[in-house]
Amino acid sequence: MNVIAPPEVQGLSCQELVELVTDYLEKALPADERTVFESHLDECGNCREYLAQMRTTIELAGELTPDSVSPEAERVLLETFRDWHRLYE
Amino acid sequence: MERSPAESQLLEALRAGDEAAFAEVVRAYHSSLLRVAQIYVSSRAAAEEVVQETWEAVLAGIERFEGRSSLKTWIFSILANRAKTRAKRERRTIPFSELEPTRVPEAALEPERFRSPDDPRWPGHWAVPPQPWPEDGLLAGETRDKLAEAIEQLPPGQRAVISLRDIEGWSSEEVCNALGVTETNQRVLLHRARSKVRTALEEYLGGKT
Repeated sequence: MNVIAPPEVQGLSCQELVELVTDYLEKALPADERTVFESHLDECGNCREYLAQMRTTIELAGELTPDSVSPEAERVLLETFRDWHRLYE
Repeated sequence: MERSPAESQLLEALRAGDEAAFAEVVRAYHSSLLRVAQIYVSSRAAAEEVVQETWEAVLAGIERFEGRSSLKTWIFSILANRAKTRAKRERRTIPFSELEPTRVPEAALEPERFRSPDDPRWPGHWAVPPQPWPEDGLLAGETRDKLAEAIEQLPPGQRAVISLRDIEGWSSEEVCNALGVTETNQRVLLHRARSKVRTALEEYLGGKT
């Protein structure tokens, strides 16, 4: 058990902050809640770590290659396209 | 809405029967269409059929498409209509959790990670705080595989939102339009998805140190 005293944080518990992380990153928090959120972060290393991990998760997802269409599906669709175009010629 | 020159050109090419242009549009949207379709229908096969029908409807309508929305928005609205029709035919009701997540509460983390709300000294503070992740672990290709796997395992609504936002780089507005959800619901789906994926990375990277 961690015996180091958690910081004095007014108004927002860590459990509550964790649920607001996406609203914060999406800039959807009202100004007053944003201030409370940020002053909690100033005092709380664990929540700073949590937020950093959420940012890392987003960055890593951004590096994934989007799924591509299978060659078979693409072949079928191009055939559909040719048939469609022939109708209009 | 003002049409971008690139999109006008693309539309012209499609109407003229330019296969390369069609292939470009297919590559850009096909896999996202599949992900969105899977929110509504019960199987991957049914989703593939809905997407095929969507492309057929796109071609049938492209001469008349006036561009009051972007091509992308138009294609995804066709998909949503087709997929909903198909879901009705399958007599399948879409669970609230897929597109109206605020009706179904769900915490980002297990409550055991925090001290009890009744804790006399530090209610709701971390009991099991997050540990820093090893840098070399983050660079490993295997970590990306774990992340991709965690996304695959999400419920379809969350999976679609995180894929479109964080992998494909869509704006929240584009995702709201494509899924027909409110900003709030989009954000809740994104929040649940990202929270679960972070936890999956934590389990993986934590086990490595």
